[in-house]
Amino acid sequence: MGQTLPLFPDQASTMAGRVDALYFYLLAVSVFFATLIALSVIVFAIRYRRRSEGELPRGIEGSLKLELAWTVIPLFISLSFFFWGAKIFFAMNRVPDDAIEINVIGKQWMWKVQHADGQREINELHVPVGRPVRLTMTSEDVIHDFFVPAFRMKQDVVPGQYTRTWFEASKPGRYHIFCSQYCGTKHSSMIGWVHAMEPGDFQAWLAGGAASESLASAGAKLFQRHACNTCHRPDSLARGPNLEGLFGKQVQLADGRTVVADESYLRESILTPNNKIVAGFQPIMPTFQGLVSEEELLQLVAYVKSLSKPAAAAPPQSSRVLPPSNRAAPPTPSQKENPK
Amino acid sequence: MSAVVEEPEPQEPRDNYLTSRYGVKSWLLTRDHKRIALLYLASINVFFFLGGLFALLIRLELLTPEGDLVQAETYNKLFTMHGVTMIFFFMIPAVPAVLGNFFIPMMVGAKDLAFPRLNLLSWYIYLVGALFTFWAIVHGGVDTGWTFYTPYSTASSNSHVIATAVGIFITGFSSILTGLNFLVTIHTMRAPGMTWFRLPLFVWAHYATSLIIVLGTPVIAVTILMVGAERIFHLGFFDPALGGDPILFQHLFWFYSHPAVYIMILPAMGVISELVTTFSRKNIFGYKFVAFSSIAIAVLSFLVWGHHMFVSGQSVYAGLIFSILSFLVAIPSAVKIFNWTATMYKGSVSYRTPMLYAFGFIGLFTIGGLTGLFLASLGVDVHVHDTYFIIAHFHYIMVGGTIMGYLGGVHYWWPKISGKLYPEGWARFAALVIFIGFNLTFFPQFILGYLGMPRRYHSYPDEFQVLNVMSTAGASILGVGYIIPLIYMVWSMRYGRNAPANPWGSTGLEWKTTSPPPTDNFETPPVVTEDPYIYSPEEVEIVG
Amino acid sequence: MADAAHEHAPARGGSGGLPPQGSAPPGRLQHHFESMAQQKEAASLGMWVFLVTEILFFGGLFLAYTIYRWEFSRAFAHASQHMDILLGTVNTAVLIFSSLTMAMAVHSAETGRKKLLIGFLVATMVLGAAFLGIKAVEYTDHFHHHLFPGPGFHYPVPADARAAELFFSLYFAMTGLHALHMIVGLGILTTLLVMAKRGAFTPEYNTPVEISGLYWHFVDIVWIFLFPLLYLIGRHLH
Repeated sequence: MGQTLPLFPDQASTMAGRVDALYFYLLAVSVFFATLIALSVIVFAIRYRRRSEGELPRGIEGSLKLELAWTVIPLFISLSFFFWGAKIFFAMNRVPDDAIEINVIGKQWMWKVQHADGQREINELHVPVGRPVRLTMTSEDVIHDFFVPAFRMKQDVVPGQYTRTWFEASKPGRYHIFCSQYCGTKHSSMIGWVHAMEPGDFQAWLAGGAASESLASAGAKLFQRHACNTCHRPDSLARGPNLEGLFGKQVQLADGRTVVADESYLRESILTPNNKIVAGFQPIMPTFQGLVSEEELLQLVAYVKSLSKPAAAAPPQSSRVLPPSNRAAPPTPSQKENPK
Repeated sequence: MSAVVEEPEPQEPRDNYLTSRYGVKSWLLTRDHKRIALLYLASINVFFFLGGLFALLIRLELLTPEGDLVQAETYNKLFTMHGVTMIFFFMIPAVPAVLGNFFIPMMVGAKDLAFPRLNLLSWYIYLVGALFTFWAIVHGGVDTGWTFYTPYSTASSNSHVIATAVGIFITGFSSILTGLNFLVTIHTMRAPGMTWFRLPLFVWAHYATSLIIVLGTPVIAVTILMVGAERIFHLGFFDPALGGDPILFQHLFWFYSHPAVYIMILPAMGVISELVTTFSRKNIFGYKFVAFSSIAIAVLSFLVWGHHMFVSGQSVYAGLIFSILSFLVAIPSAVKIFNWTATMYKGSVSYRTPMLYAFGFIGLFTIGGLTGLFLASLGVDVHVHDTYFIIAHFHYIMVGGTIMGYLGGVHYWWPKISGKLYPEGWARFAALVIFIGFNLTFFPQFILGYLGMPRRYHSYPDEFQVLNVMSTAGASILGVGYIIPLIYMVWSMRYGRNAPANPWGSTGLEWKTTSPPPTDNFETPPVVTEDPYIYSPEEVEIVG
Repeated sequence: MADAAHEHAPARGGSGGLPPQGSAPPGRLQHHFESMAQQKEAASLGMWVFLVTEILFFGGLFLAYTIYRWEFSRAFAHASQHMDILLGTVNTAVLIFSSLTMAMAVHSAETGRKKLLIGFLVATMVLGAAFLGIKAVEYTDHFHHHLFPGPGFHYPVPADARAAELFFSLYFAMTGLHALHMIVGLGILTTLLVMAKRGAFTPEYNTPVEISGLYWHFVDIVWIFLFPLLYLIGRHLH
């Protein structure tokens, strides 16, 4: 065979070292207890072996002290595992603000990647080293799972909703992407590579790629094509909520609930608009289920997000959608002020 | 425990449950719990070796990185069928339906289970369910994984999902009826003097198991029904394309399927409690702690299902709660391990085959349990979730735990069941082969998992090969290890030496009657006057 | 635990005389029990445990209902307006009344009044059948209005169609499963009726009637939960 025998995976993200530290702690405690029990069993088995058939040892009822000891001590050790593990889990779920945004769409049996600037990849993911990368993921068919062992990162990719995760590559190189949620015949072929590159190389890669238009500008075109702008407009003719500055804000709903306008909320509002009616509006929006693909949905979401960024970051095309005058004096994002 | 029972004279030609009636009909229409246990023993063994064959094919495929032995579709069907047959048709009924069925009535001092006809019905229901699943296997199999995750199982897979699901659905009712029968028997059929704290720990373990069966199985039944309705009538319970939520399926599925792990392991723990005390000839250390730890496991087992969903996108706070509860459920298992070990202290430890299995159980279950802590730790679970790490973990629990307990129990009670002694030398040899083969098969999988090899992979990157070769080699040894007992057990039924009533010097009521027992279990109804596991010179004499 | 040590009543069918596989005719002590009290206790406990499994069985559907009702609260309320509130109310009354007749049947069995027992069993069966008949009328109505989920599903408000389809999926699954339990219940009552006519029940032996009564009441209670969840949640919209 001539194969090597690897025993430990690459550490290639900022999270890898933290996960491994807890892993080694768990390993040390486990080895200690496994050895303790195995040794006790072996020692007792030899020391107290049956030497004659007529032996009759004295019974021992038990000991409350011992029972308490081996209940409470493992409990406290477990709690240390829990808190350490929870701390890492929180870090895994708290996306840094300056993260690069990349969309991933799983489908039987490939990974489709969209960069914000429009570059697309299949089964490959190019990222810079030293910058957090946030993945917004969904699936077109069944549940998949985006797993990069070298980054100690894993997240299910679920149809009908967005899941999020993030990582920061720390070491340039090429690392496996696995699908780790069983998804059908070619589940084991749904694999790919992450290319972690030095920032300079990454910029060169971005520039060299066949970058079409950015996601947000593609979304702006869709926004017009589906005539979303006839209702979602900032002026007095609006029959739907104004979307400028909406992203990330609290939204007051007609039934009294409030929700945060995140990617999932935008997605839901496009596909099942009647679910969450914004206070002050009528349930008149038609559903776009079946009319927009997952990729287009992500483009629309990117567009709505771009409306909330400072004007400098807004894509140039956005002025085609909204009259320039509105940009000068944007209305407050509060939905309640909108006329019925 | 010593009980006021007429001293059973092991007369040779006596009427026992095996010889009281002859003919196929006397078996197929029997209401004797002992005969029904044997019917189960035969049927679950068919599925054990079928599931084992699938496992062997899986391991052979994984000998090389390329998918060269079987097609991807075939491979996916193999691991699905391996899981389905092993879990639903072997592991869940293994200890309860065979050993529990045979010995719970005897241990509580009753003539039979509370509902003998229901007991027979359970076996027929099991058989009908098994036939559906067997039909699915023969007609091309099913490829969803034993977890049946939606929407793959309802919208994408084009294999025999419905037939398999119907099989599991039906078998679930067999399991429910068995659990119900045990609960009622333990509550209402105990002999005079047999108070709750005089019950053998095997009975306590089955009481806890029955609680889980009765509370959990209906949920999986209705979940399967919903999957079926979605697949056939397009009622959109789980498929997002029909408006449903696939994560809801996972909640419902694991609400049963995590407790199901304890349905499989608790009865085996009950066996180990009996073995450790008998072969240390000493009362169990901390009887009440061992007994109540079973109940604690049963209760907590229903509160931890979400740890199967740490990476599914459920909320961070849900993750936290399920994580801490998962650590809590580990404590009662640890308590058992410590008590078993302490029982040997200053005992008289015998190395008969059942005790070798108990040693194996304690060691392997300890490793399985400790690695469970890795999976309960959120930060580490994210990395090892759905990798070979978890495959190794649950095989340490189920093969290293349940099957070791099952084999230990079958050896221990074989003289009582069959009236014959198995060949001790061969049995010890087989136990050793199984132990070595098991560790070689599954230990490398922990390393594979941490390296990142995902489960359910038909082909894999080259760097994982060496560990996979080790695992496959181990599986071959393990396979041989399982065939040896099958051969000598069958051999012993005809050629084995006749067993005395109490070959090991045990204390339970089941040893106070002849081997094999009469149809009504006892010549005169027993009356219990003492606590369990009190070894007296009487038992010592029997062995000596 | 009252059952810690059983009375050692002289077992009529004890280990001595009866054939080993003995199945006593109804009304007699089965050979593996020590006393009638023990036999009855086992039967009642068995039924209670079975009902617990039934609660969990329906529980899965109730959980699904709860989650989707939360998720699509408005659409669910609107969809429930397609229910025929009159038929639903009548059916609820029919079922509650059948519980009364069932309870009377149990009482008649316990006091050994055979004719009354038969009368109440028949009344319960008639009411049960009436419930199923009315349910069938409702189902037919839904089919005519294309409210059965699947390719033929048609809903007047397209934007709510998906959520409404989910509502009707749950409606048919829950009421269908309930109806199935009613049918099983009618089967059980038929058996009881035959046994009652043969005079199988006495004041000493009436456990089958009693535990069948438990089952019948359970099925009623499930409906008591289904009715508001499926019929009444949209009332406030009028």
